[in-house]
Parts: sequence; C-alpha cells; structure tokens
Amino acid sequence: MVSIVDERKNKFNRYKDLRENPTELLEPAIKPVKEYDIWDRINDIADEGSFLKLEFDFPETNPLDFEGYVEKKEELRAEEKLHDGIVAGECKINGYPAVIAVMNKKFMMASMGMELGETVCRTCEYAREKELPLIIFTASGGARMQEGIMSLMQMAKTSAVIQKYKAEGGLYIAVLTHPTTGGVSASFATLGDITLAEPKALIGFAGPRVIEQTIGKKLPEGFQRAEFLEEHGFIDAIVKRDEMKDVLGRLLLLHSK
Amino acid sequence: MTSDVSKKEINMSAIEKVLQARDINRPKITDYIENLFTDFFEQKGDFLGKEDASIYGGIGMFKGRPVTVLGHRKGRTAEENVKCNFGMPGPEGYRKALRIMKQAEKFNRPIITFVDTPGAYPGLEAEMYGQAQAIANNLAEMSGLTVPVISIVTGEGSSGGALGIAVANKVYMLENAIYSVLSPEGFASILWHDSTKRDEAAEVMKLTADDLYRLGVIDGIISEKDIYRSVEKQIMQALKELDLMSKDEIKKHRFEKFRYFDEEYLNNSTKARMEVV
Repeated sequence: MVSIVDERKNKFNRYKDLRENPTELLEPAIKPVKEYDIWDRINDIADEGSFLKLEFDFPETNPLDFEGYVEKKEELRAEEKLHDGIVAGECKINGYPAVIAVMNKKFMMASMGMELGETVCRTCEYAREKELPLIIFTASGGARMQEGIMSLMQMAKTSAVIQKYKAEGGLYIAVLTHPTTGGVSASFATLGDITLAEPKALIGFAGPRVIEQTIGKKLPEGFQRAEFLEEHGFIDAIVKRDEMKDVLGRLLLLHSK
Repeated sequence: MTSDVSKKEINMSAIEKVLQARDINRPKITDYIENLFTDFFEQKGDFLGKEDASIYGGIGMFKGRPVTVLGHRKGRTAEENVKCNFGMPGPEGYRKALRIMKQAEKFNRPIITFVDTPGAYPGLEAEMYGQAQAIANNLAEMSGLTVPVISIVTGEGSSGGALGIAVANKVYMLENAIYSVLSPEGFASILWHDSTKRDEAAEVMKLTADDLYRLGVIDGIISEKDIYRSVEKQIMQALKELDLMSKDEIKKHRFEKFRYFDEEYLNNSTKARMEVV
C-alpha cells in the first residue's frame, strides 16, 4: 500500500523543478498536478516520523462582524484541514530538534489575523520554554483585512514575542517563501537571526501593483524577488527547496550547544 | 480627559471622521512641538546614509524635563507636502526614529510620538532599502525599550506605517483621529475590488477613537477642545503613572500590553480542535 506521503513524493520526482521554484512561477507546460503544499514541505524538512503538531484551541474570531468571513473560514477549514493559515510543530532536522511553523497561503493567503498571530506567538513561546530553535516558513499576503485594527496589532504582538525570544538567546531562522508581503514581511518575517529565501520568491512591504500605481511606472524585471533582496543586502542566502533541509540542518549544527 | 465620545461625534459618520482626520488644517507635529515643548533641538538623519523629512523629531523640554519627541510630518501647502512626502516615511524615516529612540533610552528620557500618516511610502526605493525590515525592526526594538513611551494618534493612523512609531506604554487618540489597518479606500479595493466604496469601508472597519477604545486597542480618547492643553494634560497624567515604574517594569508593561491586548478574544472556552493529518 502506498501512503499519502509516498504518493506525494512520487509525484514530485516527476517534476524536478517544483522543488526549485515557486509553483505559480513555473511554465504552464510543467506545472504539476498539485502544488507544493505545507505537508509536502514538512515531509521534506522533518526527519521521517518526527513531526509532532502543536495543537492550540481557538474560538471563532470576527472582531468587525465582517459579513461572510466566518463562513469563508469554515469552508477553508474543511478543505485545508487547518484551523487557520498556519501549522506548527516540533520535529527533528537531520537529527537536530527544532520547532517549525509553516504558513499556508491557500488559507486566505495566510493573511495575519488574531488566530494566526497568536499561533506564531505561542509557537515561539513553546520554543523558548523548550529551549529549541524556531524556524518559520513565511508566506502571506499581509494583514487579514477582515479583522481590521486587530490584525494590524498582530504585527506588534508577534514582533515583541520574537524579540523577547531572541534577546534571551533563542535562535530564530526565517525562511521567506513566495509571497511574503505586507504586515507579515514588516513584522516577524524580517526579524530572523538568519534569513533564508526561496528562489524567485516575492518579498516586500507594498504589493507591486500598489507601487506601480504610486510611482506611475512599470517596475523593473525581478523587482522584490529573493535575488533582488539578496543583492540589496536583506537576506543571508537563497536556498532551493531540495537543499533546504541540509542547509537548515547545517545551521542547527552550527548553533548547537 | 479620557472620556466617552460626546453625542455630537456619535452622530458623525465614520467617513466624516476619516475626512476630518485628514483635514489639512489639523495641527501638525510641528504645532504640537511648538505649543507643548521648549528648547527643541531637531535631530535629522538615520546615520546610515539618508535623511527623511517625513519623520520629524528631536529632544525638547516638557514641563521641565527633557524628552525625545517625534512623529510623522505632514505639510500645509503643496510645497511643504512634497518636501515631507505627505507624511509617508521610507525606511530611512523609521531608522531615524529608532536611532533617536535608542538614544532617548541611553539618556533615560521618556519618548513621545505623534502619529499622523496615510501609511509607509509604497515606492521603489523604499522597497529597495528595506521598508518591511525597517518597520519590523522598530516594532521589535520599541517593544524592548526601558523608558516610558507615549503615542498619540493625532490624525490619520494608517497601517504598519503608523504602528512603526506607536509601540507605546500608553496609546491615545484624539477624538477625531482614526487608526486602521489600511485606508478605507485600500480596504474597499482589496476586499470588494472597488475603491469607490470607501464610505462603506469606513463604516465597517471600526477605525474611530471610540471603536478602538471599545476594542481595547487604545488607552484613552483625548478631547479636541483646547487641543494643546488637553494633549499636555494627558501626557502629564501618563508620565505620572509611568514614572512610578522601574525600567524593567516599563518594558514588561509595554510587552504585556501588546502581547495580551486581544486575549479575551482568543481565550474563549469554545473548543476548535483539528485532527492531526
């Protein structure tokens, strides 16, 4: 019997490019049947059978009583088997224990509302308590508009918690994946002790469309891509998906006590 | 001082508040500094290669004690506004703000910030020089400051561009100020793909001082009657309270304020558990 994991792995072997590029940037001809999702990523990063999901209980949140918001979330919960746009857990990477969180852009672009921000905080606090490194794979459209000001304040909340963890000696590795923008890029995503990015990932504060409207010009090719950020000095390294596990393993070794 | 909004404001629609908050004739950071502080010394530059006139700040005397004061700068004329980029900072503005705030910490000066911006500037250079990282860094560093920080949203407090100088022990809003995740135009454009629905957006966004006080995001609302004296009194009252705390307590107070501001929304007994996949 083939497990879900094996089935996924087989699928990927047929599409080598998938591990090297954000799916949505591939040529239509080589686009895979399915996207490289958060579970594929966890399977690629965590040592086999080592991932233990952190469970948090959250009530429904809809601070603006925004019409259709709760229904939208319910629908996505059924589809994505996640309560919001992020999953977190403890695992081993090449034998080194770490706490990881992966954002799921299929859930409302993994925009940051109260629940997502709180998950980042509690995951970080769990890492702090266990004295483990924290790795967050970011992907987000930014603030969760449907939660208004409560969403904006998550930027301060997550930044404060990450800062405290770092100040007390914790290692935080941010892995910026496509796309990481808005309120997430301007908070915990860019606060890593080590900042990695995937090739061609779009990373920026304002969206390209907004910038073009503001300056009245077309943006240059490659603007806000990982390579652009590397050139301008905002990331440590660009790492391909098939090399990610080994790079993370090496970083954990280099920070082991 | 801190009071419920009077009947007149309740009758004012959200969009009227937005327009009032943006009114070009509202007092600016320069007016607050002129009216509330003496011996002001302006500090320019991020000391990393750039100066940004959209953030204005320095050291001044407030009621006989030195404080660091800074805020977004908007102009009154077209010319002034071009110079200070309509109060929309680039990364160098946030870095300048952080530079003078860290200096305030060194000399144990309280920090007072005035928030009034349509947002951080969405420009090519701003992105190139790390707008996201500059704001994130301010949020992180401000959360750990050991001196009292007081922020007052005086006009338009929009998005991360506002929050980038507003991680404070005490956050107040003027009664006709707004504070929001994005402009109502931007909100309507993102959620309804129609920026002309800004009036509706303003209505649902809960962006007035009264809304934010009820949501537990701000500590109080400042009356605009005799505006400078009202602001002055509020700052004095906040300092009086914060002066009683040690450096560690000030830091802890600010951390806990932002860490747990939404606690009551998240610690409900309703369980929502997912199966492990």
